[in-house]
Amino acid sequence: MPETKASLEILTPGLATTVQDRGRFGYYRFGIPQGGAMDQYAAALGNRLVGNTEAEAVLECTYLGPKLKTDAAVVIAVTGAPVDVLVNGAPVAQNSRIALAAGDELSFGVIKGGTKFFIAVAGGIDVPEVLGSRSTYPIGKMGGFEGRALQIGDVLPVGRPLAGALPVLETIPEDLLPSYDREVAVRIMVGLYDHKLTSEGLTNLTEAEWTLTPVADRMGLRFDGPGAPWKEEEQPFGAGQDPSNITDAGYPVGSIQIPGGTQPIVLHCDAVSGGGYAQAATVISADMDLFARMAPGTKVRFVPVTMEEALQARAERRARFERVWS
Amino acid sequence: MTLSEHARYSWGGDEFLLVEIAPDMSLEANFVANAMAAGLEDRALDGVVDICPANASLLVRFDPDVLSHGELERIVRELEAEVKKAAVQELQTRIIEVPVWYDDPFTSETEQRFREGYHQRPEGTDLDYSAEVNGLANAEEFIRRHHETPWLVSMVGFVAGLPFLFQLTPRERQLEVPKYLSPRTDTPPLTVGIGGCFTAHYSVRGAGGYQMLGIAPAPIFDPEQKLADFADFMVLFRTGDIVKYRPVDEAEYKAIQAEVEAGTYRYKQAPVRFSLAEALADPDAYNRSLLEALDA
Repeated sequence: MPETKASLEILTPGLATTVQDRGRFGYYRFGIPQGGAMDQYAAALGNRLVGNTEAEAVLECTYLGPKLKTDAAVVIAVTGAPVDVLVNGAPVAQNSRIALAAGDELSFGVIKGGTKFFIAVAGGIDVPEVLGSRSTYPIGKMGGFEGRALQIGDVLPVGRPLAGALPVLETIPEDLLPSYDREVAVRIMVGLYDHKLTSEGLTNLTEAEWTLTPVADRMGLRFDGPGAPWKEEEQPFGAGQDPSNITDAGYPVGSIQIPGGTQPIVLHCDAVSGGGYAQAATVISADMDLFARMAPGTKVRFVPVTMEEALQARAERRARFERVWS
Repeated sequence: MTLSEHARYSWGGDEFLLVEIAPDMSLEANFVANAMAAGLEDRALDGVVDICPANASLLVRFDPDVLSHGELERIVRELEAEVKKAAVQELQTRIIEVPVWYDDPFTSETEQRFREGYHQRPEGTDLDYSAEVNGLANAEEFIRRHHETPWLVSMVGFVAGLPFLFQLTPRERQLEVPKYLSPRTDTPPLTVGIGGCFTAHYSVRGAGGYQMLGIAPAPIFDPEQKLADFADFMVLFRTGDIVKYRPVDEAEYKAIQAEVEAGTYRYKQAPVRFSLAEALADPDAYNRSLLEALDA
């Protein structure tokens, strides 16, 4: 193990590159979101390749990756959305372990699907933990690297790699890679305030095809389609005047609100923790990673499942993680 | 008003339980939400990840691999019954004085950038509009009504440390204003706004749809925990806190900011025991007793 710790210098930052880990839990009641890698599974694949645990922080890149330079030998891996990975301008394999020497430059082409890819480095990105997580919370200017997306000239500390040999697995097998389809079925559980939708609204939400708009980020993703109207009823005191309003309440991560009955918004890991829009359903935990794999224009169907089916899917997802780590 | 016998239970996917105490806002519903949250916290159940009391509801995040949804629902329903049948409904809390510069130039400048297409009355100001829809003579009257009685922090959330507050006054005297037709993309940090029957105190700069009334000089979210009031945690408000707004002028606003800058500012506050029955029975007398506690 090297005595001096490595660091990564940001030569160009990319579109929105942030430090993320598994997320920050237990502070939602104060409005502090969970954050964390938007595709937890893809991030875990990267950590696995470089010999980390699931807990180390990675870089999450959006569309356009950064260009960075290392000052010491480090082991990295790039996973997630398909992208050309270049070391000193020469292509290297994605989803494989990559050894960088001191002075090497890492850069990327344009992604060919999805929105998010991940750079894992042996030892993890070693920014301080804030409330138990290294994830970036840009609105609150906390966590991650100085509470913000990376900028030119930032120098990111890398943690000391875990003791012991790197895993035998050097490349993620094809059948364990996420897919980046243009048509996606997302499983949801109908509930919360679904009784406020008209029957047409509920049918449209669960049976129609919806198209992801460009209004999509770590906070939420907006979908276009036939609309999902709410019942015109007298509104309770404290709720707003619009039929899509409720007395402000907590928002489950993954819940789907439909302001004005027009475009459903799926709340993701950096979303606001509560507010006054009614939610008609919630994406099951096993399918939350799918949203990092959707480019605008992706066709989505929201497929209702029961709690038992959601728990079954959750167990299958866990088993997949365990396969990666076995 | 009386609450229905049972709250409405619904699942937000496999990790969230929503307990809607009532669809409409009331002090009673908020009290039940907060008391249930406190009771659940006391039980320190393995598998409970987040307990989020809201205005008239409670959201619980849990790990279904550790705590089954059936078991969680059983426990929460038990708590609901306990809270509702408790003979003495009290909350040990505190009253905090929050200085506000009403009708300030920062929010005024921002609101003028968001008129056409955003606001019901593009030609006017948020304060004039808020006064008008409440049938009040002018902005000064609205400002007086806003700070003359205390407010209860009924929910914390949206973004880090942002409180929603509910005025401790009978419903017929509560201020109620529509939110912007379309949310602004910008709100100055520490803006005090009002939407529906709630005041919100914007903790950070960002989007917002509430009518803007003024701006506060001292932070309510301090991730670096520089001020003594944030020594324990970076967020000032807890649900159940009681807030008394105190109008300040430009000179005092700047003086408080200088104290914040020097790291010496402390919020004036005092511990109080909040009694739901007393607050409902004679709100005016009860508010006077709360304010006496603050000034004691």
